[in-house]
Formats: sequence, structure tokens, C-alpha cells
Amino acid sequence: MTKDAIGQSLTRLEDPPLVTGRGRFIADVSFPHQLHMRVVRSSNAHARLLSINTDAARALRGVHAVWTAHDIPEIGPIDFREGKIEKLEPYRQPVLARDMLRYVGEPAAVVFASDAYIAEDAADLVEIDVEPLPAIVDADAQPGIFAPGLSTEAAIVNQGFGDIEAAFAQAHAIVEIDVKVGRHSGVPLETRGAIGRYDAARDMLELHGAAKVPHKNRESLARLFGRGTTGLHLIEYHVGGGFGIRGEIYPEDILVLAAALRFVRPVKWIEDRREHLIAANQSREQRHKIRAAVDKDGVLLGIDNEFWHDQGAYPRTHAMRVAETTCGILPGPYKLAAYRALGHYALTNKTPAATYRAPGRYETNFVRERLLDAIAARLDMSRVELRKRNLIRKDEMPYARPLCVLEDDVSYDSGDYAGLLDKSLDRIGWDALQDSLKARRARGELVGAGLALFVEKSGLGPTDGAHVRVDTKGAVEVITGGASVGQGFETVMAQVCAETLGTPYRTIRVIHGRTDRIDFGIGAHASRATVMTANAVRAAALNVRAKALAVAAELMQCEPDALDIADGQIMRRDAPGGASISLGQIAGHLRPASPTRRGRDPGLACDGWFDSDHQTYPYGNQIAVVAIDRETGAVKIERYVIAYDIGRAINPMLVRGQILGGFVQGLGGALYEEFTYSAEGEPLAVTFADYLMPTLSETPDVEVILAEDAPSTRNPLGIKGAGESGIAAVGAAIASALDDALGVSGAIRQLPVTPQRLKRILDELRK
Amino acid sequence: MKRQDMKRQDMKRQDMKQDLTLQVNGIGYDISVEPRKTLADALRDECGLTGTHLGCEHGVCGACTILADGAPIRACLMFAVQAEDMALRTVEGLAQGGQWSPLQKAFVEHHGLQCGYCTPGFLMLATGALEDNPDISDADLRDVLSSNLCRCTGYENIVKAVRAAAADMGASS
Repeated sequence: MTKDAIGQSLTRLEDPPLVTGRGRFIADVSFPHQLHMRVVRSSNAHARLLSINTDAARALRGVHAVWTAHDIPEIGPIDFREGKIEKLEPYRQPVLARDMLRYVGEPAAVVFASDAYIAEDAADLVEIDVEPLPAIVDADAQPGIFAPGLSTEAAIVNQGFGDIEAAFAQAHAIVEIDVKVGRHSGVPLETRGAIGRYDAARDMLELHGAAKVPHKNRESLARLFGRGTTGLHLIEYHVGGGFGIRGEIYPEDILVLAAALRFVRPVKWIEDRREHLIAANQSREQRHKIRAAVDKDGVLLGIDNEFWHDQGAYPRTHAMRVAETTCGILPGPYKLAAYRALGHYALTNKTPAATYRAPGRYETNFVRERLLDAIAARLDMSRVELRKRNLIRKDEMPYARPLCVLEDDVSYDSGDYAGLLDKSLDRIGWDALQDSLKARRARGELVGAGLALFVEKSGLGPTDGAHVRVDTKGAVEVITGGASVGQGFETVMAQVCAETLGTPYRTIRVIHGRTDRIDFGIGAHASRATVMTANAVRAAALNVRAKALAVAAELMQCEPDALDIADGQIMRRDAPGGASISLGQIAGHLRPASPTRRGRDPGLACDGWFDSDHQTYPYGNQIAVVAIDRETGAVKIERYVIAYDIGRAINPMLVRGQILGGFVQGLGGALYEEFTYSAEGEPLAVTFADYLMPTLSETPDVEVILAEDAPSTRNPLGIKGAGESGIAAVGAAIASALDDALGVSGAIRQLPVTPQRLKRILDELRK
Repeated sequence: MKRQDMKRQDMKRQDMKQDLTLQVNGIGYDISVEPRKTLADALRDECGLTGTHLGCEHGVCGACTILADGAPIRACLMFAVQAEDMALRTVEGLAQGGQWSPLQKAFVEHHGLQCGYCTPGFLMLATGALEDNPDISDADLRDVLSSNLCRCTGYENIVKAVRAAAADMGASS
């Protein structure tokens, strides 16, 4: 298997250690003489911090130290990943609370002990004295005071284009809805963890357990600790799911490093599940008051989108990314003459929020598609027809809009939105389905179908690099600045390298998540790894190939063009069974002392870079068929179709895996998962018995239509990202189907549609 | 007595370590643990068998599922001292003589894992279920597999893998 590695559903290089119990996750790593860290967290949503008594904890046998903010005056608050943002600076989270507690779960003190059990015992002995203050738990409540002179409405975000007033003035109809997405998050099955280690002999500080964005985090942490980046390394192990929330810098990462430096001992911290559910980034909670102006044919003239983004207690490393993406991506696949978005970036006394798989899209797909359904109902048009009238056409690509997502001007590269919608409608037999659902409803069943369209974004640039090298045995190593969160990164990179270089993919070793092996990297986020890193790997592999062929051509006395590489063997194209020379042998000829090197740089190794001006925009649609249990409010998904155009799939099996896994997370956010809080800001979902993630029982079969009709025009491989497609429109499609089942457009105004909420809606409709 | 003093006394009692032998994958591990040490922690910290993962430590997620006397259990919900006389099996013991079990093979072939964190728990859960009933019905299998959580795969490929392994095991027996 060499030439046709791209496009094949090959099994994964990652799997052997993971199915035999030989994987190495951060909790599996230990160093001699390590200390165990335990965080003492606020149990108040909002309070003045008066004093912390650590005497009893310090006195416990096995406790090495207990810190409060007073013990680390040199450590500043946590920075934003993409640089300074003046107006949010004063809102940044301190590593340990100084004089205020702003959410339940906020780190207030930290215990270091010889054993994890003792650290936990000691943490229980720390006493925090507070003066409780009233909590703000709703983003749309009257803003309060964060600190003297600082409102809890930390910022307003806005974007827009066209003459919005004129659009509404000339409208045939104005349709307005008020809808909400609930607070939920990635909740990977492996909780967070980190080990700080300081090697005084080499003056090297190390953070073990990195994920997602190791190189970017190295820069931030080096700044925070006043070190050069050459004296700080981040090391990734196996990562038990990321979903956007893992791998950002949290207080605990800084604490283990500070303690490792102070104590000159390794310091290990492994989060427990309760901590995870109150301390790791939450996401999604937004309320939108949105209205559309349409003409009599249902053509969209303008959308006016005001929303309240519940950020929780502090901005985190992403700052305002989710709110800004919400502004920029909301119009989705539809043409629009005028648009205005205005978002209130509001701080509340809840766990801080940030990105979760498809940030800003899960929310806006729900909001926008709810709005489209409402327009269809108002104009008495079919939901399909209304959408078709407004879709951006294939011949209008590339389609630019004066909006911005992740500091990148929005410009859809390619797509046939209507064509893909037809494929899904055909698959599900939409027209016949309507008849059968109608007949079943007439018999008293609560059944319905709904659909949602979406445009994804992927491949955030601007640049990524890779290094490919071949040793004298012919083994290939691909060194990337990417990161693996379980998505199959190694396999995909190996497939691209194998096809480009002409070597078997099984023998390729792929390096990621190590700042000590490569200087740059943007990690795994924004569905960028396959687009950016794979194209960089291809560039590096092409350079290695050219170097190998140049040496081989000299040895075989022919032109490089006359040669090809297959299974790691170089041979003449016109005599594939004839004389050959292996890549390993070429590497031998390129050893420093080799006379046949002829002035070339030693080693069969090259860098490769890939630059990208714009993101790529994959797209898709989802159709749900649901049945509601009238008595319990439970929802059964009878059928579910996901159509997605990925441009070109490197490994269709893995793409399908991404879609199915994303779908189930989306299903959780649509029907079950919610971080609920009491009116006083007490978190109510702090175990897996309260925070309900779908099991197999709740999971329907999903029909996936994987299309490659619109390759990206923005990279040589034509690829677009896969990671966030399955989840993107699940809330939207299910809400549409539930409305249909209930026979009331606009009945579903809030996610998740838990059985309790649906029962309430049913009861109200009965009245 | 003050609450803190009581707590300290409590901790002292807990501190008394007990010697015991755990039988895991046919090997005896002589260990010395506090009575409060969970079986999962003892397997990981004392026996070095880190293939058993912890996902919630309150018995919901099933990442720490192992076999005790042939039955799947949550290793986070048991103390090590309670497991002394049991025959324990963990993911490290599934491969025999360097050969993967049919389930291990099927999980790879059917892409039944992504991050791999829940995988040892699912492998042990399914091993227990198929050994108990090689002809398990689809409905019963879905019921059994619903006891563990996976956050990556969407479950479909896990079901496919277990079905394929069941067929494989049936064919070879």
C-alpha cells in the first residue's frame, strides 16, 4: 500500500497500544519524588474572600506545602491565546483567587502532598472565610459590577453589512423569534491532568500532559514565567478526547509549573470528575432575539441578530472568539442583503465558558434555522422551498461576505448547497415521508421531520510546517507541530506522506505535540489539522522525494523524471521490475561522510511549509425524523441523515467516525446535557448522574452521505475539515422535527429539549 | 471534639496499610495498601496496570470496567482489600501469547475507538458479555453496551466491532 494511500479507509496507526492497555495518558505518567497537587475550590458563586486558614492542612503528615494567592505574588493572571486585548485585561482570571470568589469551582488554594489521597484529605482541612454576595446567573439580567469601575457586561461585539433599516422598512413581513441554547460542553472521558517538572541540571521547565495547542501555550507560559521558549517544553501523551475544551491554559497548568520551579520536584495534578464539571470550560449558553425581513416570496432581505453570550465568571484564553464567531457565521448558506449582529459579552457567576466543538455554529445553526422555519410558517411555504429560494448558488462561488470569523474575512471557497440538499431529500424520501408522517399524526402519533442546513469552517491558517526524514533503514519519521486528541491524526498524516513519498504508511512514525522536536505548530483546533498540517506534510514529503530522486538519478545514471518510488524502492518508471535502490540506501549516500553526497546537505530530510490565505468552508445538511412520547416527554429519533461535503476525504472511515461521534455529542446538547445552576449560582450538574451524556440506548442509527463534490480550491489536496460537521446542526434539525411532531411552528425555543421541558410544552399545548 | 480533630483521627486509622495479594491476569501481585484504596487505584498505582482508566470515579462511565471472577465490575466502586480472593482480568490480559483477542482485532478493524480512553472498559465489558452468552441477541447486546460511556465514536462502530468479534468467536469455536 503506497501509491493510493489517500482516499483509503485504512486502519489506524494509533490503535495497537490503545486496545492492549499500553496507551500512556497523563495519569499513567509518574516521575520519582513527585508531589501530588489538589486544588481547594470556592463553594460560593460570588463572595468577598476574607481569609483562608491553612494551618490544619499544613499540619497533616505528608503535606509538603499549601499555597494561597499570597504565596505566588509573581504569577499574573492567565493571558489570551492570540495576544493582548486591552479592554478585557482587567477581567482576566487570577491563578488563585485574591480577594473575590466569582464562581463555584474557582481555585482558591492549593495543597501539595506526597500522595494523592493525602492531598485530598488536606484540601478538606483548608477553611475559607467569606462574605457572600448576590450572584448573577443570567447573561440577559441587568449587568452588575465585576470590580470597581468594571461592568459585568465586559464587551459588546458587533458585525454587519448593508442597510438594515432599509431592509426592514421595505419588508413584506418581519418575523421575530427569541430562542436559547443551553450550557453544555465537551466533557471528554479523560479528565484534565498535568505534570510540571523542572530539570535544574539543564535549567529546563517541562509541562507534561499538553494537548491541542502546545506551541502556542509554550509562548504564553514562557511569557508568564519570564523564560525563553528554548527553556520550556510541552509534551503531549495520549489524550482522552479534546473537543476544544482540553489543552487551553488553565490555572492548574500554571500551578504545577510554578510549584515544580519552587520545590524542584515534579508536581502531578489529575482532575476528578466533579472538578471537571465545575472547572473546565463550559460552552454554548446564548440567548438570541433575532428578526428577519423578507419579501412576499420569502427572499431574505435582512437579519437583525441581538444576543446575550453567557461567558461565566471570567474570559478565558479564547477571549471573545465564540461571540465573534457567532456574529460572523450566523448567515450560513443563505444570501442576505443586510445583516446586523450585536452581542452582549456578559460575565455571570458561573464556570467560565469557551469553545466546544463547532463553537458559534451549533448555536447559530439552531438560531438561524429556527428563524427560517418561523418564516416558512408565516408565509405558509414549505420549509424546503423557503431554504432553496435563499441558498447561495454553486455558480456564485467563491462567495465573500463582509464578515469576519477568527480574524479571517469570510469567503466560502466552493459548494453546491442545493445539490447536497437534494441528495438528502432523496435519501430520506422527503415527499413520501411527509405523507406518511401526516397519516401517523392523524392517528394520534406525535411524529415529525425537520431539516437544517449549515456551512462549516475549517483549516484555519495562516501557516504550518512539517519535517520529514528517512533513516538509513528506510524508516520514515514525520515531525509536525500538530496535536492528537484522538481523531486519528497520525494515520492521516502517514497516509498523505505515504502517497506523496511512495512508502508504506504502516512504517511511518508521526510526531506531534512536542515542542522539543519542532519549533512551530498550531496544534489541533478549528478543524485545521488535516487541511493545514497534511498539506505541510505533503510539501515536506515532496521535497524529500525530490532530494532522493536527484541522488538516485546520479547513481542510476538517468534523469530524476525517469524514476518513481513505490514501497520505499526507487526504480525506473519504464522498468518497474528492474534494478532498484531503497530510500534507506539513499539516506546512506547522504550521510555526512559519504562521498556520493556531493555537497548536498547531509541527511535524507526536508522541511515543508503550507500557507493559506483563507479558511475553507465545508457544508452539509441534517434531517431528523422524531417521535415524541406524549406521557413522558421522551424523544425517539426514528431516522437521521447527515450529508456532508468534505472536498476530499483522506480516510473516509475516519471522516465517518468524526461525523458519528460529533452527532452523538450534538444529540446530547439537543436533548439531555445541560449545566444547570440554582438561582444562587450553585452548579446542579456535578456528576454523571446529573450531567446526562447519551449512551448507546439513546443513539439512533445515522445515515451518512459523504460527498466530495466541491473540493477546496485553497489547497493542493482539495481537502476541507471533518471534525465539527456531525455536531453542527443537530440541535437545529431536531428542533425543527419536534415542531413538526407537535404541529406547532416555534414550539421549541430552547435547547436542550429535556423530557421535562417537552412535557411542559405538551401540557401548555393541551390547554 | 472539633471537626478537624475528628477528621485527623479518621485519617490516622485509614493510614494503616494492609498486605494482600491481587490475582490479576493469572499473576499474583503482593501489595500493601490502605483499606480505603480503590481497586482501580491499586491496579494502576501498585500493580502498574494503567490500562484500566478512571473516567468518573462514581461508577457511571464504565472506563474502569474489569472482570472479577468472570463478571464485569466497576473497579472504582470496590476497595482493593475486597478483591483479594477474586480472579481479576484487565485489558492487559486480553492478548494471549502475543495474539490479540477477536474483540481487540475487531475494534481496530471497525474503527471502534478514537481517543481510546473508554476502550479498555468497553473491551472488558464486551469480553464478559460474550463469554457469558456467545449468542447474545442484538437487543441484549445494546443493553449491555449502554452501561459504558464513549464520547468520541458515537457507539455505532463499537456495536459493529462487538458483533464482528462474536461472529469470529462463534466461527472459531
